[in-house]
Amino acid sequence: MRRLALVLWGLLNALPAQAAEPVNERLRDSFEAKNQATLERLEQDETQQLCTRYAPTDLPAEVARRIQSLNQSTIKPPADGQYLGDFTRGEAIAQRGTGWQSSDDPAKPAGGNCYACHQLAAAEVAYGNLGPSLYHYGKLRGASAEVLAATWGKLYNSNATEPCSRMPRFGHRGILDEQQLKDLMALLFDPASPVNQ
Amino acid sequence: MPDPMLIRAVLKGETVEVKALIAHVMETGQRKDADGKLVPAHYIETLTATCGGRQVFRAEWGASIARNPYLSFRFKGAQAGDKITLTWTDTAGASRSDEATIR
Amino acid sequence: MKPLFAKRLRGLGALLLGSFALTAAASDDALREYREMFGDDNPAALWEARGEQLWQTARGPQHASLAACDLGLGPGVVKGAYAQLPRWFADTARVEDLESRLLTCMTELQGFPRDALLTTRFGDGERKSDLEALAAYVVGASRGAEIRLPLQHPAEQAAWALGQAAFYYRAGPHDFSCATCHAQADKRIRLQTLPQLTTAEGAREAYTHWPAYRISQGELRTFEWRLQDCYRQQRFPQLKFASEVAVGLSLFLAKTAEGGAMAAPAIRR
Repeated sequence: MRRLALVLWGLLNALPAQAAEPVNERLRDSFEAKNQATLERLEQDETQQLCTRYAPTDLPAEVARRIQSLNQSTIKPPADGQYLGDFTRGEAIAQRGTGWQSSDDPAKPAGGNCYACHQLAAAEVAYGNLGPSLYHYGKLRGASAEVLAATWGKLYNSNATEPCSRMPRFGHRGILDEQQLKDLMALLFDPASPVNQ
Repeated sequence: MPDPMLIRAVLKGETVEVKALIAHVMETGQRKDADGKLVPAHYIETLTATCGGRQVFRAEWGASIARNPYLSFRFKGAQAGDKITLTWTDTAGASRSDEATIR
Repeated sequence: MKPLFAKRLRGLGALLLGSFALTAAASDDALREYREMFGDDNPAALWEARGEQLWQTARGPQHASLAACDLGLGPGVVKGAYAQLPRWFADTARVEDLESRLLTCMTELQGFPRDALLTTRFGDGERKSDLEALAAYVVGASRGAEIRLPLQHPAEQAAWALGQAAFYYRAGPHDFSCATCHAQADKRIRLQTLPQLTTAEGAREAYTHWPAYRISQGELRTFEWRLQDCYRQQRFPQLKFASEVAVGLSLFLAKTAEGGAMAAPAIRR
């Protein structure tokens, strides 16, 4: 642990001066709060700082490990130990692209906007390709304890397994609550889910 | 005073092709503004074109026509140098007339 | 989607690869067909016409036209000016983009209060934006002009660096930066293709086609509008109009697009 801290300290001190200058200070003056989107959203946590400093392809091994460990420690399994919710609700969550924008009603639950980036159920042809296809997710992988836990981990905090992932950290950042994550798990794993037809 | 239409009329053989870009909000009455309030309906109801004293085109529009309508139609019986006049009236009682020369 | 077609898709996993390429193409095809129906015409022409009127008319408390407005090529020179913006202006001692410069000219030359102009910066139906109309007029006068941004002034270099930093800055509850969506080739959100803004080719395709008549809104939108709407979707707070980041990010993207020929105002989704 101490060795890791020393390595990181060395890395940070080796960076050119302007990279160490707090960019968020300069950014702050160019933004203003609007509804629920306050200025504090410009403040970066350690993961965001590291993932800004390094391109995904140039991530040093120590930094990658640091990010993974930071984010792995945030993952909370479901309180009752049951991973699967309701896949019909899950599909609705996957379809909904609103939530947390300055134009959104904070009283309404956020969506996961999964179709923005992923293929899921066959019937939905309007899907993006920023992420891999999730078509037949459960059918192809089964539903062993390991697979369930790994998938839950990915939904809860993508950076635990893929440092600087493009995928939001849905559970850790509180974008989706536990029930919503369970409903998405059902969408992926339930044999009757449209994703597995 | 409503914004002017941009009209182009070109003679090709015996046929005049008219293209017009019409500045109008064409509010359906179902849209909500940035504050969530319903924007009242306000759209063109009638549009006519006359050339050489005779009506060569008439349209009766409803709320489903897009904002800033782009209109294209053809007619015969005119020559280069003739003038064509387009006139619209909307649900608020406003009106606009613009003229173009057939090239 | 028709039930029979959906039924055929199920269980034909390999075909899906082909089908998603088709549907993304179908969405682009619909847009292309829409553009083709217009031919050379574009509803943006209505904004250009209004903008030309606004430029030439004596208006505001100082009862002046914008004939003396310097967009970088000298007072009153509109033709080709947009292709060399953003740039350093000695009179304001700032790097300014088009929106910022129009604000400067309308406040300094015509005496309009800045706050009033900012309130109506983005039009909405009956409520029109003079800034958008003026922007359409100025940009139209740069049709075919090659983007040229020598960045000789240190302030321009600093603005570019700020733009670059902003482009890669990951923040907000979703960890999004511009690069999250715009740093790879052949990506789309749903069926909306995402320009790759980190290459000259990708940046040119995007930057040379803004401002644009946005079909879905029935409004002409400028490049700063596009930036602030992206930030909204990134769950960031509101990007301030004519701010350092707005100008710097525009400069950074325009520089990547350098050498491309302006083709705006265009038609976008």
